[in-house]
Amino acid sequence: MARMISYCMRIIEIPMLYLQKRLGISRLAWVFLLPNLLLFGLFAFLPVVLNFVYAMTGSDQILLQDRTFVGMGNYQTLTSCEDFLDPNSCRDDLFWRAVYNTIWFVLLQVGFMVGFALLTALMLNSKIRARGFFRSVFFFPVLLSPVVVALIWKWILQREGLANAALEGMGFDTINWLLDRHWAFFWSVFISVWAHMGFYTLILLAGLQAIPRDVYEAASMDAASPFRTFRRITLPLLMPTMIVVLVLSLIKSVQTFDEVYAFTGGGPGSATTLLIQYVYETGFAGTPRLFGLASAASILLAIVLVILTFLQLWASRRNVNG
Amino acid sequence: MAKAFAFLTRTRGRGDGSQRLHWTDWFTYGYLFLGVLLMFGPVIWLVMSSFKTDAELNNFPPRFLPYAQETVMLDGYDKPLPLFNITEGELAGTQMAQVRRVGIVSQMVALDAPDEIVKIKVKEREPVEQLSLAWENYTDLFERFNFLQFLWNSTFITITATIIMLLVNSMAAFALSKYEFRGRTVVLAMIIGTLMIPQTVVLVPLFLVVREMGMINSLWGVIIPGAATPTGVFLLRQYMLTIPDEILDAARMDKASEWKIYWRIILPLSAPAIAVLAILAIMWRWNDFLWPLIVLSRTENFTLQLALNSFQGEMQTQWSSLLAMTVLTLLPIAVVFAFLQKYIATGIASTGGK
Repeated sequence: MARMISYCMRIIEIPMLYLQKRLGISRLAWVFLLPNLLLFGLFAFLPVVLNFVYAMTGSDQILLQDRTFVGMGNYQTLTSCEDFLDPNSCRDDLFWRAVYNTIWFVLLQVGFMVGFALLTALMLNSKIRARGFFRSVFFFPVLLSPVVVALIWKWILQREGLANAALEGMGFDTINWLLDRHWAFFWSVFISVWAHMGFYTLILLAGLQAIPRDVYEAASMDAASPFRTFRRITLPLLMPTMIVVLVLSLIKSVQTFDEVYAFTGGGPGSATTLLIQYVYETGFAGTPRLFGLASAASILLAIVLVILTFLQLWASRRNVNG
Repeated sequence: MAKAFAFLTRTRGRGDGSQRLHWTDWFTYGYLFLGVLLMFGPVIWLVMSSFKTDAELNNFPPRFLPYAQETVMLDGYDKPLPLFNITEGELAGTQMAQVRRVGIVSQMVALDAPDEIVKIKVKEREPVEQLSLAWENYTDLFERFNFLQFLWNSTFITITATIIMLLVNSMAAFALSKYEFRGRTVVLAMIIGTLMIPQTVVLVPLFLVVREMGMINSLWGVIIPGAATPTGVFLLRQYMLTIPDEILDAARMDKASEWKIYWRIILPLSAPAIAVLAILAIMWRWNDFLWPLIVLSRTENFTLQLALNSFQGEMQTQWSSLLAMTVLTLLPIAVVFAFLQKYIATGIASTGGK
């Protein structure tokens, strides 16, 4: 194996040496950059441009020459609502349902996740035994694949599963968790908090450990109560990390698809259909394949993401400087 | 016992040891153990369930350990017959095998007289059970499903994509960290720009590009588009910046080619960063779902994740196979985690990516 790799590298060296002689060392940098830039160009920048073309054209053909120009038609389809608060009055009611589901989902998921991550990080940062063990326990679900997460919980929540057994053991009626729209939404938020919380706990823990010890010592000399210490020292000093965590989790949360799709399939009805699932189903799973509509929806989503990413860059820059 | 308790509740740094746990410590440990239960519990439950027989899986309320009913082979019957303890009636206390069940009455035979059928009410008997692992759930995967094919697809995608990604990203990082050239800032800005273009927002045009390249329904369609990542370039560049330029100059004096400098000096020296990126890449690719779902539509190309997802629809009642497959899908990641958890944690914390 190692010999094969070194053999390959020696073969690559021949053209590289030739290029080095022809171009000179500083222009060789572009040769090193080329594969990466080519991939970025083809699979990131070109699609961004094409996305606008798709969003402005209609028909279910994927090839650009077969598509008809519709201008802002797709956006109009998406945004023609008599009452924006009531998805039923919209021409594309599924889109607005997905929008509202996503907003609720993001608010609840980010809120609970960051809250619990902060609590857990505080616990892990206190004087405890076996910190490494506890830290990895909370981190473990981050590594699981979304489909596995979905199946683990589906198995627990199925009609004759562990959750219902526990309910019955306590003398309650069993519930068909994933067929009730409110419960299905609750559990979707729950599993995604469960799966991703450890990641943010880790970042917050790193932030907490960066707070110098002597600040706390000074506080305890002044006999500050634990609560006061937390509010006046921990929280302000942790703020930069908190902002990074918030923005990062917002960016990920808006794009949630995998675990919820594998978990509920967007149902019951459209109770847990999120935006990315709308894009996937309009563009790829449904017939006719409405590529234009899917593109228009994903551009609207991209605008939100760009704003959030700028927030992230701003937050992490502030983090570095301050 | 008292000593053990004292040891377990001893607190760090409180000196004389006369002070026991404060109530806040109890709260902390309570919270953490609850966390252990909530985080590990479901996974352990999954593993336990995957070793249960179909009959045991349908049992409600479920039991923690996998039990299976004992069976016995008797003369004159083709299949092994399930064993029961008789609890009531004149035969109470004996063991009998069930031949057939009709409604609430079952036709049973005594073990020493397999020809005489006795009718016994279902209520008057109890199954004879023992702990046993239903390995057939796992072996079935290989016999009845195309499991090896899915495993191969996932493994192939993960390994190839990781290698390509490491190569391409480290080359770019090398150029961006060790060369002064015009346009470097522009390139850096462009790469930051791609952070803003996650795959999820360019699904439709990406599909066109991949289709035009003839990679739909091919594993390469999954491997190539994600091969260059801004996270990877940044992580490696940040690390390579710390490698002193003098080493490169010395190598150039010895007439080493630039490619050799990259291959023989830069790559080995940035091994820690490469290792972190490799772990991340393996995790991303193994767990990848949405893009494979769009590109791969034929069953023989499915990755494990896709197979799991599509089977959960088809095999609504076949939880036994589905659970075994789920366990096998999470196994590689769990093993990697067990050995490398320290690196994974630092790697993920330092890149902010997962």
